[in-house]
Amino acid sequence: MMQVGLNHFLVVSTALFSLGIFGIVTRRNAVMVLMGIELILNSANINFIAFARFGNFGLQGQVMALFVIILAAAEAAIALAIVLNIYKTFSTVNVDEIDTLKD
Amino acid sequence: MNIYDIVFYLFAAITVLSAFFVVTTRNIVYSAYYLLFTFFGVAGIYVLLGADFIAMVQLIVYVGGILILILFGVMLTNKITSVEIKTGSVQVVPAAVGVALLAGILMASMVDTKWRSVETAMPSATTQGIGMLLIQQYAIVFELLGILLLIALIGAASMARK
Repeated sequence: MMQVGLNHFLVVSTALFSLGIFGIVTRRNAVMVLMGIELILNSANINFIAFARFGNFGLQGQVMALFVIILAAAEAAIALAIVLNIYKTFSTVNVDEIDTLKD
Repeated sequence: MNIYDIVFYLFAAITVLSAFFVVTTRNIVYSAYYLLFTFFGVAGIYVLLGADFIAMVQLIVYVGGILILILFGVMLTNKITSVEIKTGSVQVVPAAVGVALLAGILMASMVDTKWRSVETAMPSATTQGIGMLLIQQYAIVFELLGILLLIALIGAASMARK
């Protein structure tokens, strides 16, 4: 096998991204959809840091990855609050059964 | 093949395999636990890329924060004693075909592209540099993110309490 370089990290992040998309598209539970989103955010972060490392951009990419992590934390908190409200209203969190805009 | 490559393949395997189990396991609690291994693997990849501070933040925020939050979400929205906790998947085959196609195109284009790749020495500890960037060049973004986190905290608490 060849020396581990930028391409190896990009392939790993692409695999994570694809699996995240697959989870979002196929799973019915809203919390599972959220997990897929976290996978995609992680893959984006790997790309940021890999390009920062191999493109000689210093620490800029790492700071961007830090901002992405902060946004992911805020997004998870808000999304779970929404999911809890949905569960209270519909008694289910399956995204294919929640199809009304008003109750 | 040196030790760096072996460790990379180990962490890459952990990350991708556990991510695969996250999206395919039927039991959502198992999915949440597999997500733990994914986050650990990604943190290891960050360390291999010389981002020690980001790796620690990944462990603290993702494993300590977001994963616990997700587990709370699972516990609060499912009846643990019933079979409801096993959630189904819909349209697996078309999604698998589409995602495989997307992944193939993305990987082919990424591997095919001649990226500007500079051979640099493995950076030393990054915490000081990131701190300086955060209070100098990205000071406004840093403050805005603080406000955003406060808004998210208040919003999530008030929404969940209703």
